[in-house]
Amino acid sequence: MSTVWLIPAFPLAGALTNIFFGRSTGHRAHWIAVPALGASFLFACAVAARVWSGAPFTTTLGAWIVAGDFETGITAYVDNLSAVMLLVVTGVGFLIHLYSVGYMHGDPGYARFFAYLNLFVFSMTMLVLAGNFLLLYVFWEAVGLCSYLLIGFWYTRDSAANAGKKAFIVNRVGDFGFGLGVMWLWTELGTLDYAAVFKGAATLSPATATGIALLLFMGACGKSAQLPLHTWLPDAMEGPTPVSALIHAATMVTAGVYMVARSHALFERSGSALEVVAWVGTATAVFAATIGLVQTDIKRVLAYSTISQLGYMFAAVGVGAYVAGIFHLVTHAFFKALLFLGAGSVIHGLHGEQDLRKMGGLASKMPITATTMWIGGLGLAGAPLLAGFFSKDEILGAALGTEHLGIFTLLLAGAFMTAFYTFRLLFLAFSGAPRMPRDVLQQAHESPWVMTGPLLMLSVLTVVAGFALGLPLDGSRFAHLLASVFHPHEGEHASVVVLLSLVVFGAGGLLAFYMYRQSAVKPEAIGQPRTWVHALLLNAWYVDWIYDRLIVQPIYVLSVALAQVFDVGVIDGIVNGLGRAVSAWGAGLRRLQTGYVVNYALTMLAGAVVVVAFFLAR
Amino acid sequence: MSPVVPPPAVALGVLLPVLVVLAAAAVVLVLDVLPPRDSKAHLGGVALAGIIGALLAIVMRWGTDARAFRDMVLLDTYALYFDLVICYAAALIVMFSMDYLGRTGSESGEYYSLLLFSTAGMMLMASAGDLIVVFLALELMSLSLYVLAGFFKQRLTSGEASMKYFLLGAFASSFLLYGIALIYGATGSTNLDRIAAAAATRNAEPMVLIGLAMMLVGFGFKISSVPFHMWAPDVYEGAPTSVTAFIATGSKAAAFAAMIRVLVVALRGAQPDWSALLWALAALTMTVGNVVALAQSNLKRLLAYSSIAHVGYMLMGLVAGGGPGPGAVLFYLLAYTFTTVGAFGAIALCARAGEEAVEVSDYAGLARRHPVLAATLALFFLSLIGIPPLAGFVAKFYLFGAAVRAGYIWLTVIAVLNSAVAAYYYLRVIVYMYMREPDGEPVAVAPSLAGGLALTLAVAGIVILGLMPAPFADLAQVAVAPLLR
Repeated sequence: MSTVWLIPAFPLAGALTNIFFGRSTGHRAHWIAVPALGASFLFACAVAARVWSGAPFTTTLGAWIVAGDFETGITAYVDNLSAVMLLVVTGVGFLIHLYSVGYMHGDPGYARFFAYLNLFVFSMTMLVLAGNFLLLYVFWEAVGLCSYLLIGFWYTRDSAANAGKKAFIVNRVGDFGFGLGVMWLWTELGTLDYAAVFKGAATLSPATATGIALLLFMGACGKSAQLPLHTWLPDAMEGPTPVSALIHAATMVTAGVYMVARSHALFERSGSALEVVAWVGTATAVFAATIGLVQTDIKRVLAYSTISQLGYMFAAVGVGAYVAGIFHLVTHAFFKALLFLGAGSVIHGLHGEQDLRKMGGLASKMPITATTMWIGGLGLAGAPLLAGFFSKDEILGAALGTEHLGIFTLLLAGAFMTAFYTFRLLFLAFSGAPRMPRDVLQQAHESPWVMTGPLLMLSVLTVVAGFALGLPLDGSRFAHLLASVFHPHEGEHASVVVLLSLVVFGAGGLLAFYMYRQSAVKPEAIGQPRTWVHALLLNAWYVDWIYDRLIVQPIYVLSVALAQVFDVGVIDGIVNGLGRAVSAWGAGLRRLQTGYVVNYALTMLAGAVVVVAFFLAR
Repeated sequence: MSPVVPPPAVALGVLLPVLVVLAAAAVVLVLDVLPPRDSKAHLGGVALAGIIGALLAIVMRWGTDARAFRDMVLLDTYALYFDLVICYAAALIVMFSMDYLGRTGSESGEYYSLLLFSTAGMMLMASAGDLIVVFLALELMSLSLYVLAGFFKQRLTSGEASMKYFLLGAFASSFLLYGIALIYGATGSTNLDRIAAAAATRNAEPMVLIGLAMMLVGFGFKISSVPFHMWAPDVYEGAPTSVTAFIATGSKAAAFAAMIRVLVVALRGAQPDWSALLWALAALTMTVGNVVALAQSNLKRLLAYSSIAHVGYMLMGLVAGGGPGPGAVLFYLLAYTFTTVGAFGAIALCARAGEEAVEVSDYAGLARRHPVLAATLALFFLSLIGIPPLAGFVAKFYLFGAAVRAGYIWLTVIAVLNSAVAAYYYLRVIVYMYMREPDGEPVAVAPSLAGGLALTLAVAGIVILGLMPAPFADLAQVAVAPLLR
């Protein structure tokens, strides 16, 4: 047995312990959950070191399902890509676990929270390790389950329970396609093992490959909140903030990107499927960024930003720049987790306040939070030399290099908006005059070290990751690392890309400075629709409204009709009638059981006569 | 002068697992009369040790294909597989008995030694290569069980159960013996292989067919197939619950072992004939079992009818007479044994007002007072329904799949409809446990270490079988493969 299995085993053990013994672990639950993640991270480091210096390997825990000619095992496939993902999941996961010790302190569901969080890391590491599509599918669903449980963690709140349900149901739409894709793969190739599938992809007809790839991408759209299945992610902010950071920014939502990159052989066979991925990603990147411009809830700004950045990742893999996409996935995990945790620290310090209009001037009250969030924000906005600058430039360069001019232009516009909404958030939260009630202001405080510690660590990563991985510009260390997984793509690090991205960064920042720093902020004016464009964006392009009218309401009306007329009248009538008939039959037959031995013996004799007669009559 | 027949070679190694059990039975009998006279608790431990010893012998002998005593006794993988199932059931039942008999104050040496003797008979049935051995082993098993069924001497129902079981069992045995005689008359041998060779040329001979019919009546009684099932509910209800569990699992497994070997090895030539009959028996057995179970209010009777229904499913696997069906039956028996022993064992742990709690209504509100036991019992019922990821589901899946592949679509449809009917009466018990308020005196549960351990083992069994069925299913197919060649 390989040590690889220890990576998911520790969080699983932690989860089981806190589920079954939660009553006794109680407020000490983190003593189990946090070390479990630490151990998991250490083993991930060991495995990564082994793979990077050696070759990819496969390890099987045992046969899993054997039914006829269908056979699949519990198999892990570890290459440089899975190693990178494992490090991100366990590393960022560890910091967020640590942070949760402070953030969730005193919550009545403390042990349950850590149990779910551990369970999530178990599922996510298994998803990354999976060596075949079926195992991937199972843990694809498992992370969805954990997401559901954690979004609805405060289940007594209606909005949280509803958000959990929404996330689950919207994901079902995508996963339905994903499941179909997996089944289609099996009928075509007779196997679901990665190695065999990617080798066999070349034998598929392009049309078939397109069909399968698009069905798989449907699942990715659901999980990674891409158009048109993005609506669940903003609502998912109902969950505790560490959950938003871990699941809905750094790891789970990137599973779709990972899956597409992993299956690139299949997508490339199709070709047109890759174009679809690129355009959906680009459209999402711009679409979500426009909504982020006007949001007033600090977590919702970040949520739309996450959707937008995921769009960048899909755009990257769509134009064939897998390395750039994964690179952005990694850097995004650092700075977006940092931003969410920072936002959580602000919310924690303000006793639950999430409205940007009621913040302001917090830099002096919460110096560490403010500084680290500025670093994260600069990383997101694409400030030179920080992580996001390198990875975003690689994406833009790839779009230009592969002559996707439309995509390039749109992504550049998106970068402008990103800079704007990020600076807007930072100015509104930390600069200017405080806008909260006096008592809240007086009690506003910096968070304890278990929360600021992870913030500092993530800031360091945000600053360093770009240099460490993104240089030299032509053929970065990161590209070198993943060279064994992806064949090199055509990137263009023309100075024009760097120049343009610097221009949009500066322009976005300056505009935000002019609007929210220079002029006095009028909180009552923010969030009030002044023009129809503003109203459109505030309502997130009315997508939820349209879905509700077009899909939810009709289905609901139909369900009610079916339930009250057809089900009660016809189905229940048949079932109850049959049930009564069979029961009556049973009661009748029961009377044959008289209790007299003679009757029993006679029945046997009659049976014997019938059997003999049966044989002789043949 | 007739040629001198050389004495058969004595190869006791072939009998090793059976001998270990018999030795343990003898030790229990001797220890019974030695001090301490007032406490018999240790005898259960001795019996358990004997069964564990037999299990070790089985594992040691695994993979052999030995035969001895002029091919009368076979020790092949097929026999060892059944030995495993039987010893597993016996071990759990001894553990439950230590708890159950201890509570009713009726622990004694006879009980455990009879249990071991019947275990030995069952194991020998699986090893039988000759019709004479089949009959002898069946009688060894049955006579011990007749006595065990009446073991609660003061209880009228227990005596009644014993009497009915004995009278009808003797009646059935006479059918079996008559069938053996007819087969011998037609083929000139009682050895299974030689019968097969002789019968190959004279399949349609009425004497063979009537012999087959008579033997099927005898086996049909032991596995409680309709219309030879009528003893089962009465005996199951009256016998001590631990004995009921053994009758429902061990004796059924043994009877199936012998029946499959006789049908598939000795009478393969008549396969078209017995296939058609088994089709009808399977459909009839599962339907009557399930439908009448609907009308039961006594849990032990309910389980009796349920076990009849399960026999119907298992017969379905034999109809094809080859392919994956028989292997699926072997796997089903394993899953069924795990589940049924557990269910009866859990019931044996429950008492109400000094009496055994056997009415379904006794279990109202059990989940409130004894959540662990209620959950365990619910798991057994869910497995009997065939809900994934428990053993019952996988077993049904393999069995129904085999029937479909053999082309018996309609029989499978009947079986699936039956499974739906079955869900009702099993779920009713769960509804009582979880959704009804208890009335009157509550059910008392006091599981000892042995009882708790046995329940844990049974639950582990159905969960492991449900989650990782492949190795065990392979084992079953490998065990039965040599017979089908």
